[in-house]
Amino acid sequence: MIEVLAPLPVLLPLLGAAGALLVARRPTFQRTLSTVVLVAVLAVSVALLFIADAEGAGAVSVGGWPVPLGIVLVVDRLSALMLVVASTVALGVLVFAVGQGAADGSEETPLSIFHPTFLVLVAGVSNAFLAGDLFNLYVGFEILLMASYVLLTLGGTAARIRGGITYIVVSLTSSLLFLAAIALVYAATGTVNMAQLAVRLGELPEGTQLLLQSMLLVAFGIKAAVFPLSAWLPDSYPTAPAPVTAVFAGLLTKVGVYAIIRTQTLLFPGGALDDVLMWAALATMLVGILGAVAQSDLRRMLSFTLVSHIGYMVFGIALGTAAGLAGAVFYVAHHIAIQTTLFLVAGLVERQGGTTAVDRLGGLARRSPLLAVLFFVPAMNLAGIPPLSGFIGKLGLLEAGVAEGSAAAYTLVAGGVVTSLLTLLAVGRVWTRAFWRSPNQAPAEDTAAAAAADATQRRRPSDDLASTDDDDRPRTPLQDAWRRHTAVATATEVETPPAAGAVRALRPLPRTMVGATAALAALTVALTVLAGPLYGLADRAANDLVDRAPYVSSVFGEEAP
Amino acid sequence: MTPTIVLPVMIGGLYAAGVYLLLDRSLTRVLLGFLLLGNATNLLLLSTGGPAGLAPILGYSDAEDINDPLPQALILTAIVITFGVSAFLLAIIHRSWRLARNEVVGTDEEDRRVAARRATDADELDPDDLAPEDRAAMHADSLPADLEELADDVDVPAGRGAP
Repeated sequence: MIEVLAPLPVLLPLLGAAGALLVARRPTFQRTLSTVVLVAVLAVSVALLFIADAEGAGAVSVGGWPVPLGIVLVVDRLSALMLVVASTVALGVLVFAVGQGAADGSEETPLSIFHPTFLVLVAGVSNAFLAGDLFNLYVGFEILLMASYVLLTLGGTAARIRGGITYIVVSLTSSLLFLAAIALVYAATGTVNMAQLAVRLGELPEGTQLLLQSMLLVAFGIKAAVFPLSAWLPDSYPTAPAPVTAVFAGLLTKVGVYAIIRTQTLLFPGGALDDVLMWAALATMLVGILGAVAQSDLRRMLSFTLVSHIGYMVFGIALGTAAGLAGAVFYVAHHIAIQTTLFLVAGLVERQGGTTAVDRLGGLARRSPLLAVLFFVPAMNLAGIPPLSGFIGKLGLLEAGVAEGSAAAYTLVAGGVVTSLLTLLAVGRVWTRAFWRSPNQAPAEDTAAAAAADATQRRRPSDDLASTDDDDRPRTPLQDAWRRHTAVATATEVETPPAAGAVRALRPLPRTMVGATAALAALTVALTVLAGPLYGLADRAANDLVDRAPYVSSVFGEEAP
Repeated sequence: MTPTIVLPVMIGGLYAAGVYLLLDRSLTRVLLGFLLLGNATNLLLLSTGGPAGLAPILGYSDAEDINDPLPQALILTAIVITFGVSAFLLAIIHRSWRLARNEVVGTDEEDRRVAARRATDADELDPDDLAPEDRAAMHADSLPADLEELADDVDVPAGRGAP
């Protein structure tokens, strides 16, 4: 059964992308097609998860080449679980994007290219999860990165080009490093098949192993945004359209985390770099969350919490024990869902309030109680308030850390608690300002005008230069608003739309978008309800990872290579 | 067969030049740097195939004499990927030029705002409590109008804005 199903999560989206490109002129058909494809991928992934959990790992040789030569797709509990979570989230985001596209027309997102690219992205993510050899993992990364370049710079506004360039150059560097690492691995062992590498890498001298391990770790660390390599993320993510940021935040960094888990457990089980990973995890958590506390823009704040919480997963990996890995796997699943939901909520907030700058928002809880609930529950989940799944994941990791018992592990446990508290502070600030305070506490005129000016600035930053006043200074939206407030209006300022009501009423929330967000928020709650079975699954996946034998024997059969 | 010194030297040289160009602010140089790095990596892959040998075609030569075909397959894939990414980068450079008549990497505005922000947030103060001349300064989380002044405490790159 696995032989038939395993290639489908890669094949279906690719074929769907081709189809979606062919029917680009018929938006309704295109939307239906991509939704159907993603539903099918989700169904296949769920089936794969059940099979992998019941019967253990399985492998397919694509193209019928004998095992060490050809390309192998491997489905074990970890990759199947990742597939399920990823395709669920991708489906939710797609529905959200369809809702947004239907409401906005094709102004913000040129839809004809959005759907094919999104499907290619899903194909790349699936390929990376299923890859049984290092080079196929590289190809999977490249597919998803190529799609992500297009999605991130969709529409080609100045802000997106600027953010996109950072992202592209950093991703390229990491890809080249990964490729060079593959070259060295091949030179040292004569294979790129991961199951074979699991055996052969152990026979290498320790120094060589350490070099290869650190090269792979740096390459994946960039993709996963682990601390010294994380600065690119908050710079590039917030500029993209809401659904794109959501799917990036949920999936792309987690593919990097998955690759780290895979290489650390399967290829380099000795844990030679565990200490380095520990400190990297601590720095990721603390630096990330301190960045989040300093931000005043909702999306940037979320981007920083994204970086910060990657630290929890790295912590679990660095522990290297089955308990630590189980915690990391559970946390990855939880965090994909939660972060995607929060970024979608940020998209809704932007529609409702006209901006994501927290200082300019206010009274959202009164204006849209549903939106407030949709923000509050995932935000508390992110901070790790019991009994939500974030709490369970953190608890599992902290318990694993205490069980490990070393001084570094205890430091990380403390760091994890502090990070959790600071996360609560960061989301709490957003809650009190954007949602809870009454609208008139945020200067209403300023809010509206700044939002309007902000919107124009987002579209065409050159406008800002055009509307300089007498002393020839480039002015910011806030200064604009302030000048009008203090009644020093000039001729240019009259042109900016001042009506507060107009901006507020400008963007009602379409049902599809709210529905998709609510569904994902419900999923995060469901993760709490189903935490028992899920954690059991994560436990079994972690045991497989530590054991390594299931993976290797799924590829080579019973006899070792 | 004797090991060759030419390949390692070339690979090293290409990596060095590539990294140097990649760190430039001009996007065209970044693209050139990426191309050099890509070629360096391809050469590295090529050199993993071991010393040069005959074409890896069955029946054409003995198995002992042929070259390892796998790195070549990997290189072909890598070349295609590099090609695609370069084309996309060129499109981005073109777009950047169309937008701003400029093709350097821009500075992040929000970073500047955070860097320039004072300890107190704007909405925690009541504007009526302030002297009129201080009111503008209250919005310290917005970008200061005078970029020159900002350049003293924040690292504003010379590429844009500053003379």
